[in-house]
Amino acid sequence: MAELHVELVAADRKVWSGEAGLVVARTTAGDIGIMPGHQPYLGVLETGPVTIRTTGETGEGTVVAAVHGGFLSYTDGKLSLLAETAELADEIDVARAERALEEARAETDASAERRAAVRLEAAAVAR
Amino acid sequence: MGAQLRVYKRRIKSVTATKKITRAMEMIAASRILKAQRRVNASTPYADELTKAVTAVAASSDVKHPLTTEVDRPRRAAVLLITSDRGLAGGYNSNAIKAAEHLTSALVARGLEVDHYVVGRKGVGYYNFRERPIAESWTGFSDSPEYADAKAVAAPLLAAVEKKTEDGGVDEIHIVYTEFVSMLTQRPEQLRLLPLTFSTSAEESAETFVKGREAHPLYEFEPSPEQVLNALLPRYVESRIYNALLQSAASKHAATRRAMKSATDNAEELIRTLTRLANQARQADITQEISEIVGGANALADATAGSDR
Repeated sequence: MAELHVELVAADRKVWSGEAGLVVARTTAGDIGIMPGHQPYLGVLETGPVTIRTTGETGEGTVVAAVHGGFLSYTDGKLSLLAETAELADEIDVARAERALEEARAETDASAERRAAVRLEAAAVAR
Repeated sequence: MGAQLRVYKRRIKSVTATKKITRAMEMIAASRILKAQRRVNASTPYADELTKAVTAVAASSDVKHPLTTEVDRPRRAAVLLITSDRGLAGGYNSNAIKAAEHLTSALVARGLEVDHYVVGRKGVGYYNFRERPIAESWTGFSDSPEYADAKAVAAPLLAAVEKKTEDGGVDEIHIVYTEFVSMLTQRPEQLRLLPLTFSTSAEESAETFVKGREAHPLYEFEPSPEQVLNALLPRYVESRIYNALLQSAASKHAATRRAMKSATDNAEELIRTLTRLANQARQADITQEISEIVGGANALADATAGSDR
């Protein structure tokens, strides 16, 4: 079976890497699911959750991350997700995200609100 | 105790105190180098992937973008100089400033106007003291820069590139920073950030010659190559600036460590010389005292011997 090696990289660190069977991410043109053998692709990511269905050494499972802006590129069985900031769902502090969401709502800061909402969403999916 | 000896003792005490301080600073700098180095390494995967993506877009499409096309007759260039907020780092800041000056005169010779963008209090101080205009400056994060800082630095530069030259926009962006080669070597480095140049170094072109040109895969771009490039290039600039900031920070710590190490060594040397001098002074005091006592005793003996007779 074709392989899909995923690298989820934030500006200041490597967040996650491993084998996967399916990766779902949100691009500016809508959600996209990438499976092994996809055609070379380069898209712009929106702030949104990224779902990775893992296979291989890491075992079957799901990894969810909140990604804020960035890119998605796939070539030759290698998928790179570049994001300015990316957090794995289990790293997200739910209470803090909720607080941030309320603050953003109070200040009507749409992008901050969206970021906080995505964090919560990712944390909820993983649970 | 003789006056001379007291002066030496006092100086030894003060140099010992200085030595303790410089030793502590050396140790702090040494531990910070490691941390800064780790951060440089941690930021590398992102920068690499981004460079790969930019190269892919630029190679596989004939997109014209203001950030990639070379202007026929460039009129204004921006030079971003990265220095530190604090001194005590040997030649670190002056080397970076010198490199920037060198670059500036080279650009002026090409007939360009130069706008200065400066990071770090030392660089700002240099330009202010000479009453030379600075387009924009940032201070306060040179020791441990965050990605947000790099974004803040990149924003006005990118805005300047997008503007028309007539309205004060720039055609080229150069960056001067200190490359962290190793613990012992840090080199001021200059780099043209924009317009982009791909694999220009001799080594790289030799590599493509040996390996044959790597075939670029035909990418599907979403939403369109232009828009992808539009979104990609500012991130690329930010990540290059971020990398330069991190490398400069690591270099600064390494330079501080070296400067403080030689200061500690000098203090040790000074203490050694002063101790010798103090010992000499003490011996001189003792010798003098002895000769005084002997002289006194002799005089007394002579006097009593005289009275006996």
